[in-house]
Amino acid sequence: MTALPDNVLIVVAKRDCPTCELVEPLLQTLADSGPVQIYSQDDPGFAAGVPGATHDASLEVSFHLNIEFVPTLIRRANGQEVERTYGWHREDWQRISGVPGLGEELPAMRPGCGSKTLEPGIAEDLELRFGSTRLSARQITTGDAEDPMEACFERGWSDGLPVVPPTPERVLRMLRGTDRRPDEELGLIPPDLSPCTLEKVAINAVMAGCKPEYMPVVLASLDAALTEEFGLHGILCTTMFAGPMIIVNGPVARAIGMNSGANALGQGNRANATIGRALQLIVRNVGGGRPGEIDRATLGTPGKYTFCFAEAEDSDWLPLAQERGIREGASAVTLFAGEGVQGIVDQKSRDPESLARSFALSLRAVDHYKMGMAGDAVLVVSPEHSRVFIEAGWPKARLLQELETLLQFPGAEMVAGAGGIAEGVPASFADKTVPKFRPGGLLIVRAGGTAGLFSAVIAGWAASGPVGSIPVTKEVMV
Amino acid sequence: MNQNSVLLDPTAETSPAARALLARPASMIGKTVGLLDISKPRGDVFLDRIDERLQAMGVSVKRYTKPTFTRVAPTALKQQIAAEVDLVVEGLAD
Repeated sequence: MTALPDNVLIVVAKRDCPTCELVEPLLQTLADSGPVQIYSQDDPGFAAGVPGATHDASLEVSFHLNIEFVPTLIRRANGQEVERTYGWHREDWQRISGVPGLGEELPAMRPGCGSKTLEPGIAEDLELRFGSTRLSARQITTGDAEDPMEACFERGWSDGLPVVPPTPERVLRMLRGTDRRPDEELGLIPPDLSPCTLEKVAINAVMAGCKPEYMPVVLASLDAALTEEFGLHGILCTTMFAGPMIIVNGPVARAIGMNSGANALGQGNRANATIGRALQLIVRNVGGGRPGEIDRATLGTPGKYTFCFAEAEDSDWLPLAQERGIREGASAVTLFAGEGVQGIVDQKSRDPESLARSFALSLRAVDHYKMGMAGDAVLVVSPEHSRVFIEAGWPKARLLQELETLLQFPGAEMVAGAGGIAEGVPASFADKTVPKFRPGGLLIVRAGGTAGLFSAVIAGWAASGPVGSIPVTKEVMV
Repeated sequence: MNQNSVLLDPTAETSPAARALLARPASMIGKTVGLLDISKPRGDVFLDRIDERLQAMGVSVKRYTKPTFTRVAPTALKQQIAAEVDLVVEGLAD
């Protein structure tokens, strides 16, 4: 770092600023009365001829002086800053400079302009060159004629869609989305069990297309995904369909503009699309979980590109995160090993009993009609359907309870071979009642547009529960 | 200099930054070799001789020709070669 001038008056200015031009004629007076250093951020000819006038072409001095406005007048003595003022304030300038009568002919006050160091794009560049943020990821230099988007594809960093090339400037901006340190280690990413720093998360979030403000949600999602109970390793390598699905609750969803309404499970919302994708890119790039290699999915599901949405919270139904122990007013993510979306079209049920039976019938299809306590499921209830329950005074818990009752089946129907179908639960269940879902294996969230008597089942991994994956909820630390 | 020419590695950095060339095949037996004539004069002389020597080794050979050496190969030709052969030899100069 260049040493800052000491025992001197410092003026930082730029030609582009009318207030700087206003004070320019005073600078010779300052120079006549003592040592002065004048730094111009743009025009090398600013204050030409005045001793101590310098062009801060690289903006390094402005950066180290933390200049936010121009003109800034600073007095430094004995290695310390004594005082500074921004813009033109006659009294301040007279006091700091010790020159009585300075600028008496000028107006008493004129505000300054923004420092060039803070212009978009420049601030990150200066931080990288002169700042204390240390990025430690390996730098990959692409060929001069190489398109950076193509370079990312060719290096295998993409899920098949274009990624945003992770330049140091973009990664630095992404890191501004959190107060945590770039070198913080967040855990081991399966399948390779590679250590993942916060910087690697930021790099993959850049590539996924995230905004910096999404970082707290991405970090909470990764935190949840890396828990033992969630079992990310199994999810990413299974021959079955599942991938990590993220349900967001709380004020953060609105703050970052997530979609919980029309087309909540579909395309078109940047936060929904890129947060889920960032998690999958971390799995791919840091963990090495790539399809056809460790990811052995027979068919997969489009949700493995990205699967993230927010709950359309309603005062009459307890939000998912609060059902799962998060305090009211906090934000949280719930990770679920999700497969695909199966619609439930019921445009005729007007009472909760009929609609619950309708839901139960559709939920029975998870994995296979003849399987029980295998895959978990998320039931996504649309606003028009939820209204049927809410108006009848059914809270979410009541619907869940009714569904659990409806989803008990005679073992004789479910056992292998019954109905002429070899698939089914073991013969030992023939004289028992078989619940469709394990206790805690059915989650209910409210989401969707305000028109449409449609809800949806999102089936979980058939290896749900302690044997495979349990849904995990973590608070988002904003 | 392209402003995006430095990228930060998103991976666990367990493989080299410079991408390795594909490994040479341990043996030519059972492989099909494509000979691509880029349509520069006398390229065929070179490739005819390679053809003779490969056939003498019992390697099967397929011949292809680019319409002109001044442009990259048409996509359809590249796809055809990639689908039909294991290795490609081309003569780059006259």
